[in-house]
Amino acid sequence: MITELGHYALVLALILSLAQAVIPLVGAQRNLRPWMALAQPAAVGQFFFLGFSFLALIHAYVVSDFSVAAVYENSHSAQPLIYKIAGAWGNHEGSLLLWVVILALFGALVALFGDNLPLRLKSRVLAVQAMVAVGFLLFMLLTSNPFARLDPAPLEGRQLNPLLQDPGLAFHPPMLYLGYVGLSMSFSFAIAALIEGKVDAAWARWVRPWTLLSWTALTCGIVLGSRWAYYELGWGGWWYWDPVENASFMPWLMATALLHSAIVVEKRDSLKAWTILLAILGFAFSMLGTFLVRSGVITSVHAFAQDPARGLFILALLVIAIGGSLSLFAWRAPILRQGGFFAPISREGALVLNNLLLAVLAATVLFGTLAPLILSVMNLGTISVGPPYFQTVFVPIAMPLVLLTAIGPFLGWKRGDLPGALQRLTAAGIAAVVAIAVTWYLADGTSFMAFAGMALAGWLLVGTLSEWAARVKLGRTSAGNSWSRAVNLPRAAYGMTLAHAGLALAIIGMTGSIAWKQEKVVVLHIGEAVEVGDISYRLDDVRDLTVDNYMAERATITALEDGQVLTVLKPERRQYLVPSPPTTESAIHSSLAKDIYAVIGEPDGKGGWTVRIYHEPLVLWIWLGGGLMALGGIVSLSDRRYRVGAPSKVMAGSKAAVKA
Amino acid sequence: MTDIKAGMAPIGGGPRRGMTRKTRRLYLVIVSLLLLGAAVGLVLMALRQDIVFFLSPTELATKPPAPGRLIRVGGLVEQGSLQKLGSDGTVLFKVTDLTKSIEVRYRGILPDLFREGQGVVIEGSVNEQGDFIASEVLAKHDEKYMPPEVAKALKASGRWQETGNQTGSPETGTSQTGTSAQ
Repeated sequence: MITELGHYALVLALILSLAQAVIPLVGAQRNLRPWMALAQPAAVGQFFFLGFSFLALIHAYVVSDFSVAAVYENSHSAQPLIYKIAGAWGNHEGSLLLWVVILALFGALVALFGDNLPLRLKSRVLAVQAMVAVGFLLFMLLTSNPFARLDPAPLEGRQLNPLLQDPGLAFHPPMLYLGYVGLSMSFSFAIAALIEGKVDAAWARWVRPWTLLSWTALTCGIVLGSRWAYYELGWGGWWYWDPVENASFMPWLMATALLHSAIVVEKRDSLKAWTILLAILGFAFSMLGTFLVRSGVITSVHAFAQDPARGLFILALLVIAIGGSLSLFAWRAPILRQGGFFAPISREGALVLNNLLLAVLAATVLFGTLAPLILSVMNLGTISVGPPYFQTVFVPIAMPLVLLTAIGPFLGWKRGDLPGALQRLTAAGIAAVVAIAVTWYLADGTSFMAFAGMALAGWLLVGTLSEWAARVKLGRTSAGNSWSRAVNLPRAAYGMTLAHAGLALAIIGMTGSIAWKQEKVVVLHIGEAVEVGDISYRLDDVRDLTVDNYMAERATITALEDGQVLTVLKPERRQYLVPSPPTTESAIHSSLAKDIYAVIGEPDGKGGWTVRIYHEPLVLWIWLGGGLMALGGIVSLSDRRYRVGAPSKVMAGSKAAVKA
Repeated sequence: MTDIKAGMAPIGGGPRRGMTRKTRRLYLVIVSLLLLGAAVGLVLMALRQDIVFFLSPTELATKPPAPGRLIRVGGLVEQGSLQKLGSDGTVLFKVTDLTKSIEVRYRGILPDLFREGQGVVIEGSVNEQGDFIASEVLAKHDEKYMPPEVAKALKASGRWQETGNQTGSPETGTSQTGTSAQ
């Protein structure tokens, strides 16, 4: 019964969003207040129905109602509760429902808390948001209904894919979706501004929090996903340049660009058309991501089972949404009034270069992701574009971007002083040289890329910190004065410092784990040991155990360094109760210097087990850095300027501080 | 990219301090072109060196690639072909498109979804002796998932069956997860 109500609520939400997509738009055009005002209750109602629908689906999973097809496919009565719930979005149908629920949540937030938005803009934004909802609700109801029933109902479910029974599933997809869908808000604002023909500093201030939110969520989602792919065997490590990973990375690059160009719109009333275009492309990339993941047109380590009908439907949605909005852009963008003069060497100029580099990076990733598809459609053979392509293309273009990230904040608005900025980056330059020297001293067999990575990371980290030090006049005024300056710096400035420093830390991690990874695969008998680097690993025993819904063979491996016990690792091989292939659970001991990573394979039948040991130097820094970047986003998001009804006095004050 | 150009055009200020609008635009166009040129150059370089071609076992047998060239091969793991060798964790197995099969040598732990009769994609190269040494054996999220390359290799060899199982393995096939609407 609840299931039917959930399905019914989905249909009601569709009808409501149809109304919300049309009536307020007409109202805004003809200046009919009641028509415009309809958007607000409609958006709240839409969220109510979709929220109910989502809860109904969760309910079906929690009570293990196997008459619902999606529950039968993805759940089992013996599954732990968290995986019953997370299983609701660990599959195609449920994840789509989560997608639209988040979409409706954002719509409702704008409706309820967007009091400072002009009614006309608000109703247009909500109408565009509803159009997106209509597309996805139709898609769900026509091709992927999460509430479809089975008759007769099976007695037991087929369980959630064991590989997905991981805490990662509970957080990684919702975070990514928050990010993808957050970009739909920037998109809706961009389309509404195009219809209205007006983009100004106020518009940029309304868009920036949504972009920041979505950027922060995408960063978290990518970091969590990278961590999950790292400890799960066979997913290619922390980053494999897999199409599905790229699908989340391209919107991230666009959101990063948008975040920076929106600053120029806000502060300098310039780069308007470009910012609008970025907002459209950002959302285009998140839809493309959905298409790539769902349709199965591209081989991916992370692919779900495919269905051509669904792929076609999303492709059609993509073409309508992107084609429509780009046509609107081509038609309306020329009327956007331009303003703001600036020299090439200036804060604006640096941000333009940042945007150019990010856009080119996104384009190369897009090309690498789609090339196999294009070639196979043109019958030019089947190829796959893997990590080597991206290392050749992406890294050299990303390096100047990192170099620039330290310089940009030192340049003034309008006209910057490059020699002066470089002079203030002396410490950063020294840090880069020191990083090279330390790398030389500590590591042998080091490639050019490792030196370059470490030097860039040192440059960016110290450059970012010196920019903060310059702002608070550290050491150039009394400690008390510096302290009060530090306290009064706007949070957005701290957000930038944290995010840039986080990027530097992440680069240290990426460089370390690529350059100095060590790996050994051996067959060990009980009591035997193997040396990797200067650590010795001894297989102590392998024991059988039974947990909730699986049985496992758990190995105990003692890691010894200089005769001292460093840690005890317990990798497992699991056999879930529902017939399925066994899964492997790695055991990892993390430290700032390196991760040691152990996996146990199959017994060889002669008393030995295949054991695989990795050393991943500095890998932890990737996620620490990524986490710091996300924290920067959160801190920036809490800046008073972006709160509803922030007094303009604060704005003027913080502007002055940013300039300083 | 042209939109940035529009974005930089001043309205109120007009040219100041010797920098005209035209020169500024020129700068921007030059920088954009340089960047784009560099990107295209890098892409072309990568396309020459870093692209991995996908071959079916039949294609591999008829026109073997140069030793050391990285390629991907997709097919089914032949029933009864998996052997474990010696004490260094090396395994041998055969990958087949049901017309030809090739022997693959891999040192490491096989992914969880690796089974005889199951579709698999392997990455590696042929050595001087003509043995295929796999550097990567790719696993999928979903045991019901058939990599498109494997499906293509099977279609090319005429052994593809639209429904039902490809081999004796009950899980392999084109079956899709989920139920379609209604």
